[in-house]
Amino acid sequence: MRNSSLFFLYLSGGILLLGLLLVHASFSEKAGRENLEEKAALVKTLQLTDLCLFTEARYTRHLSQADLNTAFQDHPLSLEHFPSGSFTQPPERIIARP
Amino acid sequence: MTHWIEKQRYIIDFTLSSLLRRKVKNFGLLALYTLIVFILASTMFFTYAIKKEAALILNGAPEIVVQKIVAGRHDLFPLAYVETIKNIRGVASVESRLWGYYYDSLVSANYTLLTPPGNDAAKPSAKTTVVENDSGGEAVKPLFELNGAKLEPGTLIIGNGIARLRAIGKDDYMPFRAFDGKVLNFRIAGVLSSQSELVSSDLMLITGEDFRKLFGIDNSHVTDLTVVVNNPSEVAMVASKIKKHLPDARPIIRDEILRTYDSIFNWRGGMMIVIFSAAVLAFVIFAWDKASGLSAGERREIGILKAVGWETSDVIQMKFWEGAMISLTAFFTGVILAYIHVFFTGSIVFEPALKGWSSLYPNFELTPFVNLEQLTTLFFLTVVPYTVATIVPIWRAATIDPDSAMRFTGE
Repeated sequence: MRNSSLFFLYLSGGILLLGLLLVHASFSEKAGRENLEEKAALVKTLQLTDLCLFTEARYTRHLSQADLNTAFQDHPLSLEHFPSGSFTQPPERIIARP
Repeated sequence: MTHWIEKQRYIIDFTLSSLLRRKVKNFGLLALYTLIVFILASTMFFTYAIKKEAALILNGAPEIVVQKIVAGRHDLFPLAYVETIKNIRGVASVESRLWGYYYDSLVSANYTLLTPPGNDAAKPSAKTTVVENDSGGEAVKPLFELNGAKLEPGTLIIGNGIARLRAIGKDDYMPFRAFDGKVLNFRIAGVLSSQSELVSSDLMLITGEDFRKLFGIDNSHVTDLTVVVNNPSEVAMVASKIKKHLPDARPIIRDEILRTYDSIFNWRGGMMIVIFSAAVLAFVIFAWDKASGLSAGERREIGILKAVGWETSDVIQMKFWEGAMISLTAFFTGVILAYIHVFFTGSIVFEPALKGWSSLYPNFELTPFVNLEQLTTLFFLTVVPYTVATIVPIWRAATIDPDSAMRFTGE
């Protein structure tokens, strides 16, 4: 088989697989809707405010409920010492100061 | 047209043979390039999916949460404030919340203890909290199923993450050290569904009476309040009125909660900027390698090709295909692997960083929210710069005299 045929075969395979993954995404999204709605129902029933993504510190567990001292924790010059702090930001209202 | 296609195929045949002559260098380049695309695509898929999921799930979050702040820190909320808030025009109802954290030194984990609304001892209208059926099975089970598991004094309903970490289940007992040093034993009345771990992994549902006994909180205080507003467009107005009437209160509206999660994993975050700058740096190195000139072997190859009749445009086309082949192969492989990584393996590469120092981490499967827009952005971020960076230096090399190119010896 010619090299170019091999390349186009690979390319077609890649496009096909990517297309299949998009189809998978679309189907999973539909199937996941029910589960999402159930999670939303739990949030509504229990009046939850945050996702349970990072449990290592109180301000990363409840990101939206963090207090105004969160950014500096216990000392104004203390550096962020939880890895999840580097994925997250203080709540919107703390950043958006006038 | 057929002639043009056939010509391009011959050029591709030749380019691939040429690339395979320098196997080690080109496969190394391809592997590195694929890795960059994989990291970028994984980051993009993960962040987009989690943001979208957060927006959908947290849509049911309270319209307004009111905290009390003392000296910049949260403080317990006096129930005496409730009447003031209820009297504000536009407020439909006010509900108190009791919640807090408990550090379990046995497994070094933080739990979130929460009293379901209406289950506070100060309010006798306790309602039943229902959890997933224990019977198991393949069928999709609702998160809440009436199976008789009631939250009563002396019992707990725990999140699946806690059950996994402590290897406990229904009807097991869990000891807690109360604020006064007394040990309280609670029976596990049920376990929250594993499907809900993204919101409930570390949750412990407890009655208001037990919560107060555990933390020593009197009946005149709660943790915070939730406020329901009659007209959703007046939420911000009501929040500002609460702030006006109770200067030491801090209202947090649902929009702020949603925006907080919309900005999570923002590119400015520490870890994200490290990932992105590493990717950008790698591309700069690629581009630099290409732009700083060709190796003597490549130069000689171009010289020979021109001497045997190839035109400058043919050489440029060859190099275009070289760049396109490497970048397209890296793009497809990287994106497909990234999809599998994020949506089939639960982001196993990111897991150590996401877990951080926490010993309790939710096991959750993200819903694959992927669209063409994301793939197009990724394509223009990765394939186009490399292909362009390949062509530019070739333009210079392809216009040189074949005689002088072939005279240059040694690699």
